[in-house]
This record gives sequence, C-alpha cells and structure tokens, in this order.
Amino acid sequence: MHPYSPHTEQDIQEMLRTIEVQSVGDLFDDIPKQVRLNRDLNIDNGLSELELKKKVKQLAAMNLGTEDLTCFLGAGVYDHYIPSVIKHLASRSEFSTAYTPYQPELSQGTLQVIYEYQTMICQLTGMDVSNASLYDGATACAEAAFMAHASTRRKTIIVSKTVHPMTRKVLKTYLTYKGLNMIEIDEYQGTTDLSHLKQAVNKDTAAVIIQSPNFFGLIEDMSDIESWVHGHKGLLIMSVDPISLALLKSPSEYGADIVVGEGQSLGNTLSYGGPYLGFISCTKKLMRKLPGRVVGETSDIENKRAFVLTLQAREQHIRREKATSNITSNQALNALMAAVYLTTMGRQGLKKVAQLCVQKSHYAAKHIQALPDYQMVFDKPFFKEFVVKTTVDSRTVNDKLLNKGILGGYDLGDTYDRYEQCLLFCVTEKRTRSEIDHLVRELEGIK
Amino acid sequence: MNDYNQLIFELSKPTRMSYSLPENDVDDSAIDEVIAEKYLRKEDALLPEVSELDVVRHYTLLSNKNYGVDTGFYPLGSCTMKYNPKVNEDLASLDGFTTLHPLQPTSTVQGALKLMYELQNLLEEITGMYKVSLQPSAGSQGELAGLMLIKAWQQARGEGHRNKIIIPDSAHGTNPASASMAGYKSVEIKSNDNGTIDCEALKAMMDENTAGLMLTNPNTLGLFEKDIIEIERLVHDAGGLLYCDGANMNANLGITRPGDMGFDIVHLNLHKTFSTPHGGGGPGSGPIGVTKALEKFLPVPRIVEIEGHYDLNYDEENSIGMVKSFYGNFGVMIKAYAYILTMGKNLKKASQYAVLNANYMKEKLKNHYILPIDNCCKHEFVLAGLGENEHHITTLDVAKRLIDYGYHPPTIYFPLIIDSALMIEPTETESKETLDGFIEALIKISEEAKTNPVQLKTAPHHTPVRRLDEVKAAREPKLRWK
Amino acid sequence: MKVMADYYYTKNHEWLRMEGEKAYIGITDYAQKSMGDIVYVEIPELEEFFDKGSCFSVIESVKTASDIYMPVDGVVTQINNTLEEEPESLNEDAYANWIIGIQLKDKEQLKELMTGEEYETFCK
Repeated sequence: MHPYSPHTEQDIQEMLRTIEVQSVGDLFDDIPKQVRLNRDLNIDNGLSELELKKKVKQLAAMNLGTEDLTCFLGAGVYDHYIPSVIKHLASRSEFSTAYTPYQPELSQGTLQVIYEYQTMICQLTGMDVSNASLYDGATACAEAAFMAHASTRRKTIIVSKTVHPMTRKVLKTYLTYKGLNMIEIDEYQGTTDLSHLKQAVNKDTAAVIIQSPNFFGLIEDMSDIESWVHGHKGLLIMSVDPISLALLKSPSEYGADIVVGEGQSLGNTLSYGGPYLGFISCTKKLMRKLPGRVVGETSDIENKRAFVLTLQAREQHIRREKATSNITSNQALNALMAAVYLTTMGRQGLKKVAQLCVQKSHYAAKHIQALPDYQMVFDKPFFKEFVVKTTVDSRTVNDKLLNKGILGGYDLGDTYDRYEQCLLFCVTEKRTRSEIDHLVRELEGIK
Repeated sequence: MNDYNQLIFELSKPTRMSYSLPENDVDDSAIDEVIAEKYLRKEDALLPEVSELDVVRHYTLLSNKNYGVDTGFYPLGSCTMKYNPKVNEDLASLDGFTTLHPLQPTSTVQGALKLMYELQNLLEEITGMYKVSLQPSAGSQGELAGLMLIKAWQQARGEGHRNKIIIPDSAHGTNPASASMAGYKSVEIKSNDNGTIDCEALKAMMDENTAGLMLTNPNTLGLFEKDIIEIERLVHDAGGLLYCDGANMNANLGITRPGDMGFDIVHLNLHKTFSTPHGGGGPGSGPIGVTKALEKFLPVPRIVEIEGHYDLNYDEENSIGMVKSFYGNFGVMIKAYAYILTMGKNLKKASQYAVLNANYMKEKLKNHYILPIDNCCKHEFVLAGLGENEHHITTLDVAKRLIDYGYHPPTIYFPLIIDSALMIEPTETESKETLDGFIEALIKISEEAKTNPVQLKTAPHHTPVRRLDEVKAAREPKLRWK
Repeated sequence: MKVMADYYYTKNHEWLRMEGEKAYIGITDYAQKSMGDIVYVEIPELEEFFDKGSCFSVIESVKTASDIYMPVDGVVTQINNTLEEEPESLNEDAYANWIIGIQLKDKEQLKELMTGEEYETFCK
C-alpha cells in the first residue's frame, strides 16, 4: 500500500474479476513485447514524507535568496512586496486543484477571478480587452507578434533593442520557425533610435515592438513612434511593467494596439524564473485574434449573472491548425495571485508602490553617481532601474557585493557589447534607506 | 453561500484600503520633478478599494463556487486529475526556492540547479530518452519546441523542404495548432475501425515532404497503438521523425517508454502524470525528452554539471534558441520532483492501477452506454453517449446531470472521431468505492433518460449557476466589468 | 432545407446571385443550419481581390468556426455591415442576407458552379 493509492488486495481482485482477467499485468498484453520495459525503473525506492522533506530542504538550503541577500537585481523580474493574503487565498485547493473551467456551473470561482483579472489588466493598460493570461512576458510578446501578422497579413516584425534581451530571443525563435522576419532597431542613448526605426518601417511591417520602461529602465518617448507606425498601417505593440502603470501614461493613451508584459511583479514570487504569467490586452478590433482563454459575462437560464469561457472558436480545440495559437492552458493560478495583489494594493496602494520605486531608485542613483568610480550612463527619465558605468571591473563589483550580502545589478556587458562595465540597478519599494546607504558604502569601498 | 454574486469592483468604496506599506524613508521628491508630466497618467487606474477582510472573504467565497480534485472525483479524460500531494506544496513554497531571482549568480542557486538536473535525469530514465530539457511551460509549448527540433534537425541535414506533419484525427487540437505555429502544414490521418493508426494509410501518406508524425500513445481513445513498431519503421524509413504527445504518459510509467518505442521526441505534462496541481488552468510544465541525435538542438540554456558544480550553458550554436524566459516553471518542477521521489518504483503501480480503474469502469458501464470500441483500454476510455434515444438526451445532458450527483463530468465531445463522446479517465488515486459511486450515478442517469428526461434536460439543479447562455456570451462579448 | 432556384452554388455551401453585372455572395440555408447559432461574421475590406477558392470570411458559431470561400474570382465592391451587429440574421434567412457584393472577373466561371437543382441533389 501507498498513501496515494487506495487499492486493497481485495479491491484489486474484485476489479480483475469484473474485467475477467487474471492479473493486472494482463491488461498490458496489447503492448508489443519488444517495447516493454522488462526491468524496474532505475529509480530509488519511494521516500517517506519525513525523508522527502529532509532531502528537499537540504536542496533549498543550498541556495541564497532575497531573504538572505539584499536584492538590487531586476532586469525584468522584480522583488516587490507580496502581501500575506495572496499565499493564503492562492493555496485554497478549490482553486489550485481544479482544471480549465470547461464546466462553468462548477467553475464560477475560477471564471470570475479571471474576469476580474481581465478587467484589472484593462484598467492598468487602458485597453479594451485582455485574455486570461499567457505563459510569461516573453511568450506574450511572441503571441502579440503572431496576432499582428494574422491581422495585417504582413511578415516583418520590428523590435527595438531596448526590449528585454530574453524577450527578443524568444521572439526570434518563434518568428524564425513560423517563417516571419525580425528586424532589430538600434538604441540611441538608451532609447529606441527613431531615425533607424523610421527607415525600417515599410509596407511589410506587421508591427513595431517597444518596451517602456525599457530594459535600461528608461521611459520611451512614444508619440513619434506611434504616428510613424500607424502611418504605415502597422500595429504598435507595447511591452510594459504593470507596476509602472499606476503612475505612467497607459499604452492606450499612446495609441498602442496590443499591450503585453511580464506579470510576475504582481504578487508572484521570484521562484527562479517561473511559473509567472504573461498578460496581453488589445483593442476591441483585434479581440478575435487574441490567443488563449478568454472569459466573458453572460447569464444562466434563471437570468443570473454568470461567467464562461467564450470566443472559443479561435482556439486550438475547435480551430485546430487554424487556431490563433496552440496555447491550451493559461497561468490561472498566477493570474489569481495577480488579481489578489491588484485588489489588495488597490487604486491607492499600487500608486504608492510605484511612487516609492521612483523615489528610492532616484535616491540610490543620486548617491551612486556621486561616487568617484561611478557615473550615470543615460540622462533620461527612468522608473525603478538605472544604468551606471564603473571604472572598476563590473564583475568584481558584483562578486564583492555578494560577499557583503548584496545582490548587485545586472551586468549589461553580458548582452550589450556597447555597455561593458555597466550595471543595471533596480530599487523597489522593499529597499530601505539603510539598505541603499549600505550598497553605496560598499560600492565606494570596492577598488 | 452559493448566492454570493458580487464582483470585487462592486465592493469598492473610495479610500478603503487593504495594503500596508512603510513610509517613504528617502527624499520625498515629487514624481513630476523626475519624470516629466507628459509621461504621467492623468487618471488613476480604477483598481478596487476594499478592506483586507473584503479581499479574503471575496476570494474565499469565490473558491466555494469551484470544484477541484480535493472536492471530489474529477474524471476529466486526457487531463489526469490525480491527487495533488500536499507535502509537494509545502516544499515548493520553501523560501530557499521562492526567493531566488533567475539572474542570480549560479554559485548562489546550486540547490535549485541540482534539483532541476536530477529531475532531468529522472525523466530521462522514465521516458527512455537521451536528454531532457525542462524549459517548455506546458504541454503545448513542449509540442511547439519539439516540432522546432524536427525542423532544425532536418534543416541541418539539408532537408528543410519537408513541410508536412502527419497527425491522427483523434489527436488533441493542440497538435495541428502547434504544427502551424512551427511553420508546418498538418495533414490528418484517419483512424481505422479499431481507433488506431492505419499503417497502410500511413504508408501511402509518407513522402519526401513529410517531416514527421505526431502520435499520442496510448491515444486519446485510451487505446495502445499496437502497431507502434511498424509505425516507427514507416516514419523513419521515409526520413521523418516520430513525436510522442506524452499527455497520456500516466498509462506507461515503468511499463513502456517512448524511447524504447522509437520516438525521437516526447513532451511530458508534469501537471498530469506527475501530480502537480492544474491550478484552474495552469501553471503547467512541459519538459521535452529527445534522442542523442537531437540533443544539440534543444532549447538553451542547458543545465550542465561539472564535478558536482552546476551551471547554465547558453552556448550551443545548433540550439533552436529560447522558447520562454529563463529555465521553465521551476516552482512546478519542485512538486514533480518530490512526487517522483515519493513514488519511486511505485510509479509502475500508479500506471497499473490507473489502467485497472479504467478497465473496471468500462466493463461496468458498457451495457448502459454505447462503447464504440470494446478493447482492453489503458488509463482512459471513451463512451459514445446514450445513442439514439426517445427523449433526445445528449451527452451534454448526461454531463450536466452528473453534476447533480456531485461529480465533475468527464471530457465531453472529444475525441472528435467519436460521436457524442464521454472520455473518462479515473486515475489511480481513486478508490473502488469512488468508482462504484460514479458508475452507479451514470447508470441511474441512463435510466432517468427514459423515465425522467426533464431532470436531465434542466440539469444541473443545485449549482451556484444553472446552464449558461453561451450564445449571448459569444454574440455580445462582455469581457470586462464596465 | 431551402434552396433558391436561380442562385449558383458551391460544394462548400456558398451561394452566388447575379444582379446585372454584380454578384452577391452568402452562405446557404444548409450551411447556417449545420453551424448552429452564428455569433460573428468576419467581413473583408472593400476593394480587396480574392481568387476563386480563397477564404474571404470566417463565420463563427459558439462551437465552431468555418472558412467561407470565393465561388469565383472577384473584387469586393460591397460589404454587409449589418452582419457585424446582427450575425444571427444569417440564421434567420441565409439567402436574403448576403455577405459581400463583388465585381466578377470572369463570367465564364459561373459555369463551374452548381445550379439550384444540382445543389439540392448534392445535399441529399
């Protein structure tokens, strides 16, 4: 017997009698002998719960996380504060042990949560519609590119080099295999090079993808980009940090057609890269090109308000090879965490978080650039991340910070040749003045 | 409780709050001093303003309108709704895992990398594949990555012209959708009367433009593709590759392995076979396993081990590239890893009992519902509803009535090749008593179909909402509040 | 099943009706019945040219989406915007509600289509 298996020997015998076979093994007689595994799996015997916990906790103990280190690392994944209620509500097993809400009568909980999530994403981005979430920010961006291709029937996607390097890598993979072109636009002093962009956009341009705040933390000036792209009948895709939208102009005010982003910072733990959620929202015009699940409001036979998966004719289980995407799942539980986060922070709280990010990051920037060995690389408005160049070796800086219990900035030399010796620091609302002062002191001491 | 019918926005009242943040302890500079006004939004995003108890009660009440594996029997075919062990949740929520930033130096995340590396090894043993990558987020992304690998391999051999993927008509819709996303044309192969691949038809379809065949084994009818050896030969002889949709791996653990069947690529669904919770539709995790010949095309980064030290390697010129940010759904991997360690060699028993349960139910139900193919099934089986009947009771009616009896209905109207399908997958973690209760309910419903059809047509009766107007939802889409 | 005698038909259940030099295109009564409740009709842009057999519209019902193909080569000269608001009108009368009006490229192509009588036999 095993805790996850209820069958007694008597149960098994009774069931075998019903089926009219001698043994459980007989149920596998149809598998050709040549392909059967005629040995035990080379896996250790099962562990008891006690042994398992011990073993896995040892692995956890081998890591140093943001509880052990003071985190000034961002670059697309952020150490924001996560209120306690989120874990409690997200671990309710009525949510977590359900599957895709195929039977709406039994899934109003999940469906309403997603409907509220969709609403909140629309409120932040200003867009008309949102789906139920996608895998992560990078794949959401790739899906947006496919939407643009499907909607314009054009084959080239233009993406600024100030978009997250990993997003561009994922985009490259998706576009290459689909047979679409990708053109990268250079940056000029940290933001998208407008003249290069203007040269590149033409009648084959399905979409232009701009991230703001961009990978360097800078706010992009969208107005010229928007008019140029739309002037050429391409679509404008914006990738955004949802926290920043409590303060910054919404993508819809800039005229974006599709808005995507990484939703991790909305109440989801860092978890070494996943699971996160990607959000995607768009104009009403593009609604039927959206990938993935979408929840809509309707009523039941008693005219009671109810929620249901809708616009399903776009999806793979109906449309098969002509579906808008192959995606089957969404990141429902992560979207739930995002929804609870946005509810808990609310209208005022999210703004407060965003304000603290601006104030604290600017405080840090001011004090770091005052150090003799550090200077700000860009002179443009930023939200919570900024780039400094050091005359000391950037790797040495991060190694020494780590020795002092500080997780330093992202080393831009890893992805941008132009920015060797440059570090991208991130300061969220979680960092205290004394932690920032500590960082500054340590930086000063590193030679 | 069931009458709770409020949106969080309707509870909102200006100035109420449920957040708690420290006061600003640095310069209290005005935002518009550092960010020009033209970049700032004029109107707030109208997020809810509620108290903390409002938040907790709202979502708790919503959870009460949901049905999960913890609530009751959930025999959703092809989804493997087995028990989700609680210890796995505890382990995945350890600070030593949840607080790791994915861009930290690898020296600080050795435990995480070791866990992933060991999970890869375990999955390699379970699938019989040479190498596993954990990067894909879910089964459908595993499929997409797998198809990209096929293309990369063929391009490297100068056979990039192969543009056709053969997919059985019984396959999941994701298969053809993934093929399109990978830039392939999908061609459907019809199943034979036994519900399996027709080798003669396959032979006729294979040509110099065929890139490969996607196969689910056991297939979506729950039937083992007995001709797998012949299928493997046909595909490989024609220069194609064989892709295994591992959605139904729960029938095979320790019994037969995709690698031994001759598959070149397999994806797994950790949220199906390896017990991680489905989360109301995600997150999942869809690792892929490949043969030695395909290893160099796997997505980057790859986890490498050098003398007990683990690292991430991005330098593989043949790789298809990245398919998602970072390294996959790590939080899900921890749970699957814990599950495999808990089960150990008992994994085989899991598959055996999953198959035992399915066959038992099939035997008990076949005289009450139409069983289109009466062969020994694997972990699931498909009934074709009640057939022609006096009161026109449909599979949908049967499913909705099951809800009244306290069960989550099976998958319905899939696979498409069986008319009015009810696809039942009990899983191994359900007891005989549970199965008997469900069987009894289905039998009663088949009788009610004759004696009390109205009960079925109007079902469900006791749920928070009754049958919905789906036409209205699609005709006048209302996808957000206000 | 309703069939209009003087219309032209395709095997994919589209109809074409001539009106002077212009042609109107829609879906047949048989098609609307098999689709069920129609919830959305995707309408092409004016002046777009479509080859015979290419997809010019997609019609969605709750459970399915169907591609609608051109019976002949032609340029779109009229579109039926009312279908955007009232897709159900196709369920109500599939023959009275055309989807697009076109300028034919080659009248000879009409000969390749079925007559009402032939279509009725085809559907049996």
